[in-house]
Amino acid sequence: MYYDLYNYWMVIILMMIGLYIVIKPSNLIKKLIGLNIFQTSVFIFYISVGKVSEGTAPIFSSTHSVYSNPLPHVLILTAIVVGIATMALALALVVRIKSAYGTVEDDELQEQDH
Amino acid sequence: MLDHLPILQVIVPLLAAPACLLLNNARLAWLFACLAGLISLVISVALLVQVQQSGVISYMLGSWEAPWGIEYRIDLLSAYVLLIISSLGTIVLLAANTGIRQEIAADKQSLFYVLYLLCMAGLLGIVATGDIFNVFVFLEISSLATYALVAFGRDRRALLAAYQYLIVGTIGATFLLIGIGLLYSMTGTLNIEDMANRLPVDTNSGTVYTAFIFMIVGIGLKLALFPLHLWLPNTYTYAPSIVTAFLAATATKVAIYLLIRVQFSIFGADFGGELIQPIFIVLGLLGVFVASTVAIKQSNIKRLFAYSSVAQIGYMIIGIGIGTSLSLQGTLLHLFNHALMKGALFLALAAVVYRIGSTDRTCFNGLAKHMPWTMAAIVIAGLSLIGVPLTVGFISKWYLVLASIDSGMWPVALLIVLGSLLAVYYVWALVESAYFGKADASATSSAPIKEAPLGLLIPLWLLVIANVYFGIDTRLPLEASASAASFLMGGGQ
Repeated sequence: MYYDLYNYWMVIILMMIGLYIVIKPSNLIKKLIGLNIFQTSVFIFYISVGKVSEGTAPIFSSTHSVYSNPLPHVLILTAIVVGIATMALALALVVRIKSAYGTVEDDELQEQDH
Repeated sequence: MLDHLPILQVIVPLLAAPACLLLNNARLAWLFACLAGLISLVISVALLVQVQQSGVISYMLGSWEAPWGIEYRIDLLSAYVLLIISSLGTIVLLAANTGIRQEIAADKQSLFYVLYLLCMAGLLGIVATGDIFNVFVFLEISSLATYALVAFGRDRRALLAAYQYLIVGTIGATFLLIGIGLLYSMTGTLNIEDMANRLPVDTNSGTVYTAFIFMIVGIGLKLALFPLHLWLPNTYTYAPSIVTAFLAATATKVAIYLLIRVQFSIFGADFGGELIQPIFIVLGLLGVFVASTVAIKQSNIKRLFAYSSVAQIGYMIIGIGIGTSLSLQGTLLHLFNHALMKGALFLALAAVVYRIGSTDRTCFNGLAKHMPWTMAAIVIAGLSLIGVPLTVGFISKWYLVLASIDSGMWPVALLIVLGSLLAVYYVWALVESAYFGKADASATSSAPIKEAPLGLLIPLWLLVIANVYFGIDTRLPLEASASAASFLMGGGQ
């Protein structure tokens, strides 16, 4: 029974790892890596939802009658694009933070401003 | 042409944004952006009239039938919020040409308008669409533009504020995405209307509850619901003043709209009521008191009004928490009114920054002598913020108090009034130093401070006059919000 939900267990584990990495390290780049893992876990969740048991790839053929649901795949393509855009913007911000402060460690940044 | 208004509302600013990039001249880009803003304002007025006359407008994108294709659905609530966004967005945009001159480098000014229009397109899209995944995409369009807009700030701390907002905003949007995924797995549809019809079947399922909580927390992060508001003060303080005026007037309003849409349209007014309603009321009241108290201590006036925004969001959340038709109307009224007053206040601060370059409390000493029109605007908008009769702020607080008494929640009504007293305190302290304080000798020794330029004063006073006008002639917001509220409570859609 637990094995049936294998994908979902992995989703939850990855999600928690991601969130922990967003919160714990003080390095701004590491936080972004955590954010990326967190987002990826949601992608896996959507793809798992789209799986239909006994279903094959959703390409029409005369030998198959059951297909996986292609809609979540399409949604996740959009979400991946959004994720890349977010990551690019975040990294650009980190580059500018580095040139303005000379560091990307959160605790050192806080010290400089107070 | 008229049939295509729902999509034009979003498409006009979305296409005008790259056009501004091609113009590559700050002044031309500004004129073009204003034109696009005015067109979308006209469209939203036309949509509101059309909805009031003939009911809900449903627009099929590319003529694909509703549950399969993407539907744009304009009902009274969305037409009302569209009008708020396009009107406030356009008025702030009118002030932008002068407002950003001191705060953003000349070669980056045309890029500012690109991001501004993209953000506006995203916000309009969230409200216009009837497809829940579309909401997520538009939310990210507006958020990404916002992060970049915040990073325009002169202070290097603007970069940190933008980074912090990006992390929190992305987590919020991803939570919403998880909620949407769970709902899709239960209903097999992404159309809001269709989803609402299919949901009641599985009300008791744990998956639906999990989806509900993920969505509420995700949206809570976006709307700075206390205690998820920590990104807001830094973002508002360090962003360029025009951006702050725009965000305060529109972005949080759209998040409130989204919360109302999810709670009342998708899940239905009664869903999770016993669980979520007391939470909303308590968090709303805590937001009002904690944020107002923190606001009093701030030495930076921009940060003061940022905390005051958190408090005002608290009032709107209380209205949603009480959950009657009357209280929902109070929330919708406060949505409109808060956009007017915070738009006016932050534009006035933009004028102060334009002349003085800072919003520190000490800069305001004796400022009323030098900038009488700007300070008069702050006084009137401040009165509206407190909720003095004959200003818009009074109407919405009146409705919230009425609604809480009506539902037998006397303590809540009392606390709402007490919360307003805290606003009296911080607004008065500012007015006192501006009118009766003495300026530092060292500050006045340099060139005398002049009144803000007309490019800022005219949009500012447009908003101030709206603050008073809609406080006296209350028909437009009252009628629209009353029918929108009863519409939400009635059919649940």
